[in-house]
Amino acid sequence: MTGSIAAIGAGLAVIGAGIGIGQIGGHAMDAIARQPEATSKIQTAMIIAAALVEGVALFGVVVALMK
Amino acid sequence: MTTKINTFTKFSSILLLVFVLFFSAITNLNASEHQEVATAFDHSHADANHVEDANKPIDITAIALEHVADSHSWHLWGEGHDAVALPLPVILYSSTKGLQVFSSARFEHGHAAYNGYNLAEEKIISEDPLETIYDISITKNVTQMFLSAIVLFLLFTSIARAYKIQGVTTAPKGKQSFFEPLVTFVRDDIAKGNIGHGSDKYVPYLLTVFFMILINNVFGMIPIGANLTGNIAFTLVLSVFTLIVTNINGNGAYWHHIFMPPAPKWLYPILVPIEVVGILTKPFALMIRLFANMTAGHIIVISLVGLIFVFKSIYIAPVSVAFALFIDVLECLVAFLQAYVFTMLTALFIGSAVADHNDDGVHNTDDEAIEGSKH
Repeated sequence: MTGSIAAIGAGLAVIGAGIGIGQIGGHAMDAIARQPEATSKIQTAMIIAAALVEGVALFGVVVALMK
Repeated sequence: MTTKINTFTKFSSILLLVFVLFFSAITNLNASEHQEVATAFDHSHADANHVEDANKPIDITAIALEHVADSHSWHLWGEGHDAVALPLPVILYSSTKGLQVFSSARFEHGHAAYNGYNLAEEKIISEDPLETIYDISITKNVTQMFLSAIVLFLLFTSIARAYKIQGVTTAPKGKQSFFEPLVTFVRDDIAKGNIGHGSDKYVPYLLTVFFMILINNVFGMIPIGANLTGNIAFTLVLSVFTLIVTNINGNGAYWHHIFMPPAPKWLYPILVPIEVVGILTKPFALMIRLFANMTAGHIIVISLVGLIFVFKSIYIAPVSVAFALFIDVLECLVAFLQAYVFTMLTALFIGSAVADHNDDGVHNTDDEAIEGSKH
């Protein structure tokens, strides 16, 4: 096996981000389907939550970059 | 009206197609020229950037990291001897020799030592081991910061002057039409939504943070721009400002919540350290989020375009450029989004610090409802 194990760490962090943002998007779509007139509020909240989850995943990527 | 829109979209789509084809042609040209430059180039070099042997695989990691890092000269284009770069001033404060100011061209890209200083991988090392150097040079990122500060200053003073001349009752035109929605968005949705009635005091700071991050993100995406928001020192300073603004304006309820949270007393040994550390971790997260998003985005774009050089084939170019274009569009969204998230979280922290009427959850609202119904 060549390369560094930091790449595996970064990949695991990104799996976490993918699952998290996928859940956010899925629940947001359910909410929009239930109440289409609240779409813009739900969308705003979804984007904010996605940015926060992505921030956490990027902590992992930054640590992997250090190596 | 519809014919005007049709010709505009037709024109801009033709322009886009021409631009994409031109860009692919240029990248193909560079891909084939690189081989000749590499074989003719027999200088030994300090940076890992240059391919010394045409058969050696190109180190795309080093190239990508070099592009997102800070530098003592502003490299525009070219490679090796025909590189076009602006040498920037080096300002050192040395413990033995005092203040030294000279141009970074004297280092000749790391070949020459000047006055007892050597440039190794963009770090200045002294030949004298007892000397400590404080490097306060005007590097690429510092120049970028000055540039965007000047641009923002000129832009917003001219917009303010336009409002002063025109008044606020007529429809905005020109630059105002672009910036007015953004400014009112920050003032109403971000500031008033999160801080409440005392928000006007903090709107200047929030606007400054928002537009500074936005303009530096946009400049970082231009090929000859500098990656300032991907520099952790810059984001550190912004988050320190947020820390200072939040904690100086914290009122009694805020500090009460931190040192005496509304919880059973036996939980205090766990909760109070968490709350105290929480004062620092919130701006820390702001810093890391902005830095990592920007740096990661730039590394992805450079890696995608660098795939052409890794495979050394022109057939990769359309795929590579298409992916890079898609990621660039995503980066435009991320540029705005990161500015918005930083500003919104700052407003949220300020809001939680200055909130005057706090419902701690200590009041039992059922009791209040029963009390109210008794009257």
